[in-house]
Amino acid sequence: MTTLVTAFTPLSGLLGGLLIGLSAVVLMAGLGRIGGISGIVGALVGGAWLEGRGWRLLFVAGLLAGSAIVVLLGGFDPSTMTYSGDLSRIALGGLLVGTGTAMAAGCTSGHGICGLSRLSPRSLVATPIFMAMAIITVFITRYTSGG
Amino acid sequence: MDRATALISGLLFGAGVTVSGMVNPLKVQNFLDLVGAWDPTLLLVMGGGLAVTLVGYAFVLQKPKPLFAREFDLPSTSLIDARLIGGSVIFGIGWGMTGLCPGPAIASLSFGQLPSFVFVATMAAGMLAIRFLTRAKKSPVDG
Repeated sequence: MTTLVTAFTPLSGLLGGLLIGLSAVVLMAGLGRIGGISGIVGALVGGAWLEGRGWRLLFVAGLLAGSAIVVLLGGFDPSTMTYSGDLSRIALGGLLVGTGTAMAAGCTSGHGICGLSRLSPRSLVATPIFMAMAIITVFITRYTSGG
Repeated sequence: MDRATALISGLLFGAGVTVSGMVNPLKVQNFLDLVGAWDPTLLLVMGGGLAVTLVGYAFVLQKPKPLFAREFDLPSTSLIDARLIGGSVIFGIGWGMTGLCPGPAIASLSFGQLPSFVFVATMAAGMLAIRFLTRAKKSPVDG
């Protein structure tokens, strides 16, 4: 099958990475917290809305606003968004991501960036595993009849 | 100031995942597709993020406490168990299937597109299910 190509964008990628890193450092310096999105959202889902003066809600509000501001400034065009598969596949994928990150207590940001930079043994194990599984899953869905 | 810090941190994260294009599932899947038209952008996003946190955390964690909180709230466990490994496997499958992980998925809600809402809804359901199932036991939180 043919798949759509996306351009390699090293400068905006690096800029985005620096901003994400800065976000994590600001949160640690100010509140002493790990900037892991699955941890923050998981706690909100569990009802911790106003705990710690509502810092998690404010973080998520900032997350949405930051994304919207970049779009307004022309840094990303939402019409280029290309989702994979139909809504049932998206729904199943979301369930797996929610379940898996809750079990592993971390995601791409919590384990992949915050954890790796602290050389956390758990993150050093988790990150290569979810990376490898994602690579295998993309291979299967794109190149075998199983997808 | 603690609230402003949380808001600013969120703004930086949202701006970062969006300007890097990581909100676009296709771009993430094209990174994960090593045999196709590989898009290495995610490598630079992660590299940039790690470079800043490696230096920034080393500096910040030398301080006795955070600026606006009583203490650093760091995961204390280093337990490598089936739950960590199994969770990472399940997360990786879901991430590969959709090209979405929690941060970019939440950020992309700002575009008002239905698939992002569906993803975040079922992701929240999955998180809630695990919290409910393990409520009795204290489970580690890395982030």
